[in-house]
Formats: sequence, structure tokens, C-alpha cells
Amino acid sequence: MKNILSLYVYGETANSMRAIHNLKKIAEELPKDQYDIKVVDVRKEPQLAVDDCIVAVPTLIKKLPLPIGKVIGDLSDTEKVIIGLDLKQELSNPEKENTMIGRVSK
Amino acid sequence: MRDFKNVKPLVKIPTGVEGLEHITMGGLTEGRTTLIVGSSGSGKSLLATEFLYRGIMNYDQPGVFVTFEERAQDIVRNVQNLGWDLNDLVQRKKLMFIDGSPEPEPQAEVGDYDLSGLLAQIEFAVKKVGAKLLVMDSIGSLFTQFSNVPLIRREIFRITEILKGLEVTAIMTAERLEEYGMISRHGIEEFVSDNVIILRNVLEEEKCRRTIQVLKMRGDTHYKGEFPFTISSTGISCMPLSAMELKQTSSTDRISFGNAKLDKMTCGGLFRDSVTLVSGPTGGGKTLMCTTFAGEACSHGEKVLMLAYEESGHQLLRNAQSWGLDFQKWQEDGLLKVVCLYPEAMGLEDHLLMIRREIEEFKPQRLVMDSVSAMERVSNIRNFREFVIGLTSYVKQEEICSLMTSTTPKLSGGDSITEAHISTITDAIILLRYVEINGLVRRGIAVIKMRGSQHDKQIREFMIDGEGLHILASFKNVHNIILGVPTGSGPSESEHLEDMFEK
Repeated sequence: MKNILSLYVYGETANSMRAIHNLKKIAEELPKDQYDIKVVDVRKEPQLAVDDCIVAVPTLIKKLPLPIGKVIGDLSDTEKVIIGLDLKQELSNPEKENTMIGRVSK
Repeated sequence: MRDFKNVKPLVKIPTGVEGLEHITMGGLTEGRTTLIVGSSGSGKSLLATEFLYRGIMNYDQPGVFVTFEERAQDIVRNVQNLGWDLNDLVQRKKLMFIDGSPEPEPQAEVGDYDLSGLLAQIEFAVKKVGAKLLVMDSIGSLFTQFSNVPLIRREIFRITEILKGLEVTAIMTAERLEEYGMISRHGIEEFVSDNVIILRNVLEEEKCRRTIQVLKMRGDTHYKGEFPFTISSTGISCMPLSAMELKQTSSTDRISFGNAKLDKMTCGGLFRDSVTLVSGPTGGGKTLMCTTFAGEACSHGEKVLMLAYEESGHQLLRNAQSWGLDFQKWQEDGLLKVVCLYPEAMGLEDHLLMIRREIEEFKPQRLVMDSVSAMERVSNIRNFREFVIGLTSYVKQEEICSLMTSTTPKLSGGDSITEAHISTITDAIILLRYVEINGLVRRGIAVIKMRGSQHDKQIREFMIDGEGLHILASFKNVHNIILGVPTGSGPSESEHLEDMFEK
């Protein structure tokens, strides 16, 4: 079963575009074929916002693997996103983790 | 060039909440946002929920409920006992919930965000059910869910502007910390400020007193100040007591008191829609007056509601029995209803609401309240007066002939708070007084007020025996009975002799 990371954005606002860009960077670090990245535009699909109770955007939700993780904001701090979603063990190259964190915190 | 040709005047839409239309002079302004603030437990959420429920049920205005605090299913459950089936409304696509309540999982904030997700949900829901009404409960919770306070304030403002564009009439609720202090905790009123309603829950004389105040209503009028309200099994009932208008119609129908002599003293009996006050010291015959008054109605097939605050139902029945009136039978026949409870049982607003509910249900022609002065104990003077005004205006409107008793604080009579405050509201006043003459305690009765009719100006003696009330001749050569200090100017010899023998 595949794990899904869903990013909810609103149209093409600056926040939305930044969040999509940052999520792509994070996705590169995750093991391939195990994660599906889904981007939902709540302006076009508001029903999905209702179903998942999306109040703030951008919102990134990790439903599987448990526990459920939720991060709001443009995901500009990669380290925080990884901690927030509890993705540390999922990283494809644990050694690279340090470099990545080091890179972001610069 | 700016063109204001298409600017429409404000229209108020009714809310369906009992009494709220009166206070707001017609309801909430259509298409605008009303902020309801109140401390915890003041009834904000219930008022908001009732606004939606009544709007859908009574006026067929679909609604959206946005909740930031409680889960949607909890809101549905909370009002189930009131008989409000919100689930049914959801099924019928008249109501839609947007659940923005905080989730148990922690939520991290990384970088910039806004509340466009909420906006998308609101726009979607409003279009889906064709909503005219919207509730957001409670805005304050957004400030605990999100850490960027300036952003949340900006977003709330943006949401209210968008609600205006959607032409929905909205209610937002917000917490406040003190009953008399800052309007709301996060200063929300500064930007959601078309209408502001404050709910209060103040402990007064060890009883909770809830009040509602319309602080402002832009572009329209409303009653000012606090009005009591209560929460009962039918939801919220506002009691605009002092806002009641003196516009009752008046009846010229006379009805008997139950005693021929007394009818004569009032020159033909009481008016059908009048309120009569019987004032007297303890043991002065007030309860007998009530019993006589009720018995007269029941024996002619009229319904009587008796409210007893000093005696139990059984005592009342026994006393009536001793005067030959079969209250038990009338009670069984459904002509008489006796409600006995201590004044301390609840606050005055709840008493008033209960009396109104009893009247609505039982539809009596006469009402007896023994005694109204007992109510003084549970409240301050202002609230007591409001209670009496609320009650008298209601019974007059319903054309219920009412008899209230008031116990004077002293054996000799004198003024009580009750009399000072309600004598101007009542239509007729009957005084009962002890008269001490030559070491004997006798009883005196006088009609001192009878609106719209002549009345007997004499102070008469009356007696109580196994058959009830007997009114005799007037006292002669005695002064100052009403003041409670009867002084004889010396009875004439013939009178003295007369008194020595049985009549």
C-alpha cells in the first residue's frame, strides 16, 4: 500500500506555489515508489476541503503511515516539516539527512 | 464616479428566538454579521444554534454552521434534548456543517499560511445549500489553533467581507473574560462591528441571572440596556420586560369575586382583564380571598390557575374544604390547577417563564398568586418590579382576571416593598387590616382603588367562619385603620350595647 502526502493549496497564490516547490524538494529525499504526492486545489475542489476539514492553506497531510501528521504553511523549513510529519525514518538516505538539515538552516 | 443608486436600505430578518425580535426591534440586519460575545457558559453557542434552527424551521432559510470549538456531532447531540433534529436538517440539505474544530493530532506551522481553505469551504457550503444564514462558533478558538494572531485578525475581517458578498446573515461568537469589561477577548469587535450583542451570566442573590444586551446595531434602532433571558426546554427566551408596551385592550366585562357584598363594594365586580392586589397582614384572610375567588370561577366552569408560594397543594385543598369548597373535585375535573413551589426554587426569570408556559398550556380564565410578596425574597427590587410588570402585562394581554396577594411586614399593616412597587400596576387594591377595639381584634376590609369604576369608600368589618367570608357594616367612630393605628373616638352607648349581643 502506498503512502500519500496530500498538499492542499488555494489557487496559484504565492504561498501555494512556494509550498508546492518545497514539497517537491522534500519528496526527492523520500524513498521512491512508496510515496504519492497529491496536490489539491481547494478552490477547484472545495468538497475535498470539507471532507478533510482544511481551514488553513497550504496544509500538508500525511495519512499513512500512522500517526497522522499535519503541517500548515508554505513548508519553507524542511527540517520542521520532516519532524512535524514524523518522516525521519522514511528518508531514503539517513546520512543525507544531516546535510539536508544543514543546508536548510543556513 | 461612484454611484450609490443601487444601495439598498437595511432590512431586518426575524430570528425566531423568543423575545429577541422585540429587543432588536425586528431581528438582525440582513446580510450583515452580528458578533455575539459572552463569558464561558453564557449561552452564545445555544443562541447561535437556535438562530440557525429557527431560521430553517420557521422561515425556510437554509444555513451553514461553522464550528471551531466543538465537533459537529457534539453540537447535534447538545440540542437533541431540546427536540431539535439537526441531523434531519442536514439530510434535507437545509443545513451544512463545516468542522474546523481542533484535531487531537498536533499541527506544526512552517512558514506563511492563510485561511483560504476555510473560505473555500464556506463559499462551497453556502452555494450548496443556498444558505441565507451562517454561524461561526467560536471565532476566539481560531486564536488558539493558530499562532499568527495578526494574520487571524486579518483573515476574520476578510471572511466577514466575503460573507457580505455572499449575502448571508451571519452570527459570530466570541469569548470574553469579564462580565463588565472588554467587549471581547481578542478585540474582534473592532473589525466585525456591524452589530454586537452581549450575553451575561451574573450571580445575583445566589441565583444566576442571564441578560442579553444589544450593544450596537449599525444603521438601525434597538432597545438599549440589559434584558433578562432564560434557557429552558424550548431554548432561549428573552424577556423584554421593561420594553413591554402598555397597549392592552380593556374589557368592560365584570366578573364576580365570589362574594355578593364584595361585588357590591367594587360596584359590580372585577373587570375581566384586571389585576387585583389583596394586601394584608399574616392571618388576615388573604388566602381565603384567593380561595373564594377561585371557587367562584370553578363553580361556573371557568379554569383557574393557582400559584402557591407559601403553602403546599394539600394544605390549600384542606383549607378550601373547611370552607365547603371542593377543590379536589375541580382539580380532577381539570378546572383547577395548583402549582406549589418555593420562590427560592429558581430565579425570577425562570418563574415568569414557567408561569407563562403554564398559562399557555392550561389556558385559565383566572389566575391566583399567593403571595407575590414572597417573590421579594429571591431578588432585588428592580428585578422584582420587572417580574411583576412582565407578569401583569402578560395576564392582561391574555385577558386573565388575576388576584395577587401581598403580606404586609407588620401585623398592623403598613407598606411593603411589593405594594410600593406594584400598586401602580394593579387595577384594584383591597386592603385587609386588623382593627383593635376595646381589646378585641376585628378585621377590616376596604377597597382603596378600582380603576374604571366607582367603589365603596367605607372600611367595613368582615368575619371568617365555616362558610367563608362575611362582610358586615362599616366601622363607626374608628380612625386611622389604614395606617394600622386604629383609634376610637369612643363608641356610642347604643353601639356598645349592640356589640354585646349576638346579631
